[in-house]
Amino acid sequence: MARYLLKRLGQSLVVLFILSVSVFLLMSLLPGDPVYAMLGDGITPETYQIAYHELGLDQPVMTRYFSWLLNILHGNFGMSYQFHLPVAELLKERVPITIYLSTLATLIAMPLGVLFGVICAVNRGKKIDAVITLAANACSCLPQFWIGIFLMYVFALKLKLLPSYGFTMPWVDFGQHIRQLIMPLICLSIDGIAGITRQTRSSMLESIRQDYVRTARAKGLKHFAVIYIHTLKNSLIPIVTLFGVRLSYMVGGSIFVENVFSIPGMGSLLVRAITAKDIPLVQACVLLTSVVTVIAYIITDFIYVLVDPRIKLTREEG
Amino acid sequence: MSTGKKTRAYENRTRFFRAMFARKIVVVATVVVVLVILAAIFADFLAPYNPNEQDLYHILQGPGEGHLLGTDAFGRDVLSLLLFGARISLAVGLMAVVIACVIGTILGMYAAYFGGLADAVIMRTCEALRSVPAVILAMALVSVFGGGAKNVAIILGISTIPGYVLMMRAQVLSVSNRDFVTAARLQGAGSHRVLYRHILPNCRSPLIVMMTQQVGSTILAEAGLSFLGVGISIPTASWGTMVAEGKAIMLRNPYLSLIPGICVAILVISLNTMGDGIRDALDPHLRGEI
Repeated sequence: MARYLLKRLGQSLVVLFILSVSVFLLMSLLPGDPVYAMLGDGITPETYQIAYHELGLDQPVMTRYFSWLLNILHGNFGMSYQFHLPVAELLKERVPITIYLSTLATLIAMPLGVLFGVICAVNRGKKIDAVITLAANACSCLPQFWIGIFLMYVFALKLKLLPSYGFTMPWVDFGQHIRQLIMPLICLSIDGIAGITRQTRSSMLESIRQDYVRTARAKGLKHFAVIYIHTLKNSLIPIVTLFGVRLSYMVGGSIFVENVFSIPGMGSLLVRAITAKDIPLVQACVLLTSVVTVIAYIITDFIYVLVDPRIKLTREEG
Repeated sequence: MSTGKKTRAYENRTRFFRAMFARKIVVVATVVVVLVILAAIFADFLAPYNPNEQDLYHILQGPGEGHLLGTDAFGRDVLSLLLFGARISLAVGLMAVVIACVIGTILGMYAAYFGGLADAVIMRTCEALRSVPAVILAMALVSVFGGGAKNVAIILGISTIPGYVLMMRAQVLSVSNRDFVTAARLQGAGSHRVLYRHILPNCRSPLIVMMTQQVGSTILAEAGLSFLGVGISIPTASWGTMVAEGKAIMLRNPYLSLIPGICVAILVISLNTMGDGIRDALDPHLRGEI
């Protein structure tokens, strides 16, 4: 098992290396001069030369890449062209908010999705199955930003039950924090709930047909025990493996949610960075989200090996 | 073509359509998709106004006479914008899927068939692409190559390539050990002939299913990018941009934001349901599943 996990870690490092090279080269291709982007058009030729040298633009691409990578490994992501502040400082305030939102939404989506999926599978072909499946299909096709706007229109503008935008830290005003969090979380987790419901339903239906379920029923076990102990436990294996993918979706989805509800997270920062062509900020945001996703995939792989002994054996033998 | 072959092809086609349209919901979804395609093609004739024509005396009108779905903040007719927006959404969705399918299929086939270094490089690159959330990857690429319908289609195509590579790699691995492939190799067929004439036609079904299901998600992604202001921008009509524009004036005219979103949802649901129907028709094992 240790060998497999070490191999997986090695592969992830290769992936992160490829990503860092791609992100650096892509951003180097950006049209426009980084010196003018940072200091504006009205600078003197002397200032331009100094800044050009300080940014390392007179160095070969390879040298620039390695010095950029070294700086990043030391937590230095460079200076934001737009905010004239260190990128690390900007991200320090914003990244925790995005991770907080994404993790909360994943933690809400997973149990609810599993619950709805089980209800559908147990009542296969009945009205409740049809209603939940239809709702899940519809929810996964609705644009996330539209759900946000719709919720905002109904609950904030018409019913005036919830605040329409903003984010307050829980230690500043907990009540306001919860009120401001309700709509963004519904909006962010709805797609996850729909996806996990569909996956659980199909996984449960697959498990219900297996011999061990028939054996459990033949032994005279109660319906509850058959479904929740034998069937669900085995059906959860493919769902657990979705954790990494789901977290990646949530981080992507948080961009829309943050923009709709004006939440000062990394997503809204990235949109501003892209429109302003703030290269260091875009590079840092893309790299950070990838690192989070790669870590989520590694955790998923660990869980996968732990919950499914068949995988462990096959991979060790291989 | 001999009469026997013609009859067999006709029978296969009939069986395919019967299986595809076995569920009423698939028939409804296909009708919706066909209607949207027709509306997009004939938008020039169907739209009551030029979508870019501004009428500043009639801004933010609700649905009513003169403007069936009202007007936006520039006095542009919402119905006309929707019709032209459908054209953009479908064009971007189809173009992105074709780009992703062609490149992904070729890379997936080579990775599986040749293995070794080619496989390792292609797979690690795909893993790297997959580790960036699709929206963020698309946004980063837009910042480099710029927005606009053509660029957005190419960018969305690139960001969905890994899915096709993984699927094709798995398909080719399972097909390449079958007897007809061995027979082709023994007859002296070269690698490219084996790949394109023998293996690829046998991987057609999952490829078609994936393509139909990807059109919907690409349309959603395009709407998302345009909503954020990094995809297709004004004056080109796009459903995502319309939702974003409508958000600021929602209290005065909620339709402006809500209608384009509903259009995206209806089109994506219909495309996905149609994709399910095609999947059912091509793969009888999956019939009756979700």
